[in-house]
Amino acid sequence: MLTQITSLTKNGLRDWLIQRVSAIILVLYLAFILGFIIGHHPIGFQEWYALFHHTGMKAFTILALLSLMLHSWVGVWTVLTDYVPNKALQGILIILMILAFVTYFVWAIAILWS
Amino acid sequence: MLKGPRNTRIIDLPKYRLPITGIVSILHRISGVLLFLFIPFVLWLLHHSLISQQEFLLVKDFMGSFTISIFIWIVLSALWYHTIAGIKHLLMDMDYFEGKRSGAIASTIVMLLGIAGVIAIGVWILC
Repeated sequence: MLTQITSLTKNGLRDWLIQRVSAIILVLYLAFILGFIIGHHPIGFQEWYALFHHTGMKAFTILALLSLMLHSWVGVWTVLTDYVPNKALQGILIILMILAFVTYFVWAIAILWS
Repeated sequence: MLKGPRNTRIIDLPKYRLPITGIVSILHRISGVLLFLFIPFVLWLLHHSLISQQEFLLVKDFMGSFTISIFIWIVLSALWYHTIAGIKHLLMDMDYFEGKRSGAIASTIVMLLGIAGVIAIGVWILC
């Protein structure tokens, strides 16, 4: 029961799909960042700041971050439910993970819009 | 005495030989957990790199210091490995490399690419 309610969507197939879609978004984001850094080598503050100041980049970053949260929710959940047999501890760790995500997300918004 | 299948106990693990496919799989999990744990570190770097010109240069210096370079090496290595092992996973979703032999070959390729990437990233960062 606990194992079910702490999973991302309570539906294995949907978790699976979200895991894949978010993975592809993350690869695209990483490839873009890597390409930008290599293309502007050695990277300076001006280009770096301008990049993250751009609205499109802010949207892409939020999308990537959202993907990262969903992706790691499914991943960490899979690992915890496999290796932590104690249900109480398992539940506590998953809840801590979710709280961490919320914190990271608010932090990221603050970084991008300040 | 009933002798049916039972769960593998942790204490018995050394008795099993983990095939290459299993090694690639467990490293995919370990690298994923590592990346999850390093999220705040990366966010912290991003935060400070965007505050001002001075902070940006401080972050650059900080990332160049030996101890932090090691952490950056670990993060980028985990990221590289997790990505290529993940791509293999996506290919397996499309029914490739699911045979015993093809799976082992694909896993060996991931392993070799992984090792090469970790070394290359290390040379790039530390030299």
